[in-house]
Amino acid sequence: MTESVLEARNLEVTFRGRGNQTARAVDGVDLSLGRGEIVALVGESGCGKTTLSRALLGLERPSGGEILVDGQPLEYSAGALKKHRRSAQLVLQDPTGALNPRRSVYEAVAEGLRVHRFDGDERAAVADALSRAGLRPPERFFLRYPHELSGGQRQRVVIAGALVLQPQVIIADEPVSSLDASVRGEILALLLSLRESLGLSLLVVTHDLGVAWNIADRIAVMYLGRIVEQGPTEEVLSAPKHPYTRALLSVVPEIDHVDPIVLTGEPPDPTAIPSGCRFHPRCPALRDGEAQAVAEDCRSKDLPVLSDADGHEAACWLTGTPAGH
Amino acid sequence: MASDQQTPGRPQGRRAIARARRREALGRGWRQFRTHRGGMAGLGILVFFTLVALLAPVLFPPETISVTQATGELLAPPSAEYWLGTDDSGRSMLALLAWGARVSLTVGIAATLISMVIGTSVGIASGHYTGFGGATLQRLTDWVLVIPFLPLAIVLATVLGGGSTLTIIVVIGVTSWAGTARLIRAQTLSVEGRPYLERSRALGSGNWHQMTRHVLPNVFPLVLTNTTLTVAIAILSETTLSFLGLGDPLRPSWGSTLDQAFSNGAVSAGAWWYIGPPGLCVVLVVLSFTMIGRALEQIVNPRLGRQ
Amino acid sequence: MAVLELDDVSVTYRSAAGPVPAVRGVSLTVDTGSSLGLAGESGSGKTTVTSTVLRLLPKSATVTGQVLLDGEDVLTMRWGRLRAVRWATASVVFQGAMHALNPVQRVGHQIAEPIRLHEKSVSEPTARARVGDLLEQVGLPSRVAQSYPHQLSGGQKQRVMIAMALACGPRLIVADEPTTALDVMVQQQVLEVLAERVRDLGLAMVFISHDLSVLASACDDLAVMYAGQVVEQGPSDQVFENAHHPYSRALGDAFPRIGDMRFRYSPSGLPGDPPFPGEAPSGCPFHPRCPQAREVCSTTEVQLRPSGERRWSSCLFAPEVGT
Repeated sequence: MTESVLEARNLEVTFRGRGNQTARAVDGVDLSLGRGEIVALVGESGCGKTTLSRALLGLERPSGGEILVDGQPLEYSAGALKKHRRSAQLVLQDPTGALNPRRSVYEAVAEGLRVHRFDGDERAAVADALSRAGLRPPERFFLRYPHELSGGQRQRVVIAGALVLQPQVIIADEPVSSLDASVRGEILALLLSLRESLGLSLLVVTHDLGVAWNIADRIAVMYLGRIVEQGPTEEVLSAPKHPYTRALLSVVPEIDHVDPIVLTGEPPDPTAIPSGCRFHPRCPALRDGEAQAVAEDCRSKDLPVLSDADGHEAACWLTGTPAGH
Repeated sequence: MASDQQTPGRPQGRRAIARARRREALGRGWRQFRTHRGGMAGLGILVFFTLVALLAPVLFPPETISVTQATGELLAPPSAEYWLGTDDSGRSMLALLAWGARVSLTVGIAATLISMVIGTSVGIASGHYTGFGGATLQRLTDWVLVIPFLPLAIVLATVLGGGSTLTIIVVIGVTSWAGTARLIRAQTLSVEGRPYLERSRALGSGNWHQMTRHVLPNVFPLVLTNTTLTVAIAILSETTLSFLGLGDPLRPSWGSTLDQAFSNGAVSAGAWWYIGPPGLCVVLVVLSFTMIGRALEQIVNPRLGRQ
Repeated sequence: MAVLELDDVSVTYRSAAGPVPAVRGVSLTVDTGSSLGLAGESGSGKTTVTSTVLRLLPKSATVTGQVLLDGEDVLTMRWGRLRAVRWATASVVFQGAMHALNPVQRVGHQIAEPIRLHEKSVSEPTARARVGDLLEQVGLPSRVAQSYPHQLSGGQKQRVMIAMALACGPRLIVADEPTTALDVMVQQQVLEVLAERVRDLGLAMVFISHDLSVLASACDDLAVMYAGQVVEQGPSDQVFENAHHPYSRALGDAFPRIGDMRFRYSPSGLPGDPPFPGEAPSGCPFHPRCPQAREVCSTTEVQLRPSGERRWSSCLFAPEVGT
């Protein structure tokens, strides 16, 4: 694996919920993002993928484990956080909400520069970021307001706002899910080209396996606060090991797909994580007897945190004892 | 990259673009404002009263409103010489109204300014800071809100030394901000939940930046509309305080004129010119602020403005 | 038998800037027991088309053409008749299930509301029994009737919306992006429930989405709209796999087939943005974004014409079929 620019080590994030219940949103995660690498973090809503990405940005304090930036543990002092936020940028799902309706495109892009007291030529930097994000000629967009732009253009403005600080890492939370279908490919192509031209590392948080297939080098599948399977995109998506990944793949709407495996049972609840394998109450392999031999382990034996090694791994008793620590 | 490219030819790039942006926004705003009939009418009324207030010393020399040097009959109805009649001391009502505009507008605007600055700052801060500080500010707001206005105002005026316009302004300003603060706090909470604040935090911005760059512009239309209401309340409060003898007795305001009319039996005497015009002036000025506020809101809010 | 027939329907909105044509000459037919997918992006007019069915458009809209619901023209119906038809003959599953339910009323009460409105004679126990029955039809236990919306998950709420749409035994269901904002797993469940109901009850369904892959898996036929016009129509698997219009192809490719190396590291999209309603370019409205556009596309007016067995396309370069 190439050197990692951003890495989570055994990361845990908990929230105090209603009635003093503790929600373990992220419950032991190893994940690293190499230089120039695109990783897709995939899972259903409520699986903790957004919390994990917020923690990687330093927006959420972990309750356990640590985050490594260029191999160094992230400090939570104001100065260190500010520095980290300059090198790791966030692109949100809904570009309409992510832009302040009262501020022009120029101001939206220049905001990062002003926050970090950029002392160079602000106008040139903004123009450069806008044209890198595909809004050309940039001057035409300076004085526009978000409501005068199309959805795709707004998302490009958000991306330009991230690029203007010349970050090493961009974390994109569902970057295309609220965009029109024909625009979505253009935005994904833009993200790919930024990796080529700037060597950016990209963590794409999504529930859409198609996005992962389109652009990601590696994929990490998250379920209830843990990564349950990770590996190169081709391998994970063409030969999934974990029953959960298989189920997710089976419900991607396509014309000649395999019989959909619809999961039953209670939706996952981070305040009550099941013992043993956390997926066992809904596991189709356990239900139809495929996992008969390891059924006892599934129900009672906790799985180790899936290590973030090279290769294709799954946290499942069925696939043999997973690598971990 | 960009930092190295700074050329001496364009050092003012940032300021130039800011100025161009502002000029364009102002121009566009004014064009939009002109199409708003109510706003233009309100502006007309306000400009008229402002001119009257500014020109009062020229149009009506100070001696015309002096009780001892009054030239007219007592409580005379409108005539060719005194267009709006005279008061119970024989002073020209027209002159009284013009001089009253000075006090009423000054007190109304200055007190509102104080009230708005305090209310907006406290409102935004109590909505933005979620911890102990925010809670304390919220309690303070509630506390000021429930204390009856009059006793607090009287105590404050006594402590600050009564009998001057400045005291009235300060007293009204520091007692009337709590309602605004509450309103602004509610709006702040809703703005705080928007993704662009999340994005700004992810960019590494601090509290001051978030409050001034994101929250303030988004609560500003509310501040503007609230201003119009507060001006009205401030002008009325000035009336009340003048009536209680806390105002400057040498400077007639619309409020004190009205009070004198009541205490001198203008109602039973049928002297409508003594009561009607000051009341009408208060209503007109309050109305003009409201109409301007509504027009401004439509312009400041780009999404409302488009519909 | 055709439950819904749209014949040359156009919708124009009045606005300050002049008339805005949102839908231009759309003709569609949906038979009992079949489903039609209506694909298109924001501003393509797909939601406006279906709003004509129940005449749910704002006052500023002018509708021309014919909308036949069970052979009766909706556009000329009297108000009383229209109210009777709404929900009893044609009902809608709205997009935002989260917001379409009243948070302070029990779910069962809200499902029973259309029943009470349309069948005044229905007794309370009968209504309650029917609500329980409806909930079971959409795969929810009947005790859900006692819950408030906030106690349900997103998928459960969307099922409640479907139960509500089925309440008065309609002949036609319009589903407006019923699965957007739902997870893939939940989306699959909701799609299955809808498909099952259409099959078992012999309903007709119009399904609106911008996701061609969802439509292709859920519907028999597909109509693709662009700038207020239908640009391609045909059996859904054929349209999805072998489009006769470059826009349908682009929409289909926007959601990649996983495992197909053609899409690996090459997301496909179209340059530019869909036109605003009323600002459609001359000639073929798609030509400025079309990868295959030629000179003639900007000057020749296009219309839907046959391009194969049960297939239609408005592209000038679609396969020709002798009429």
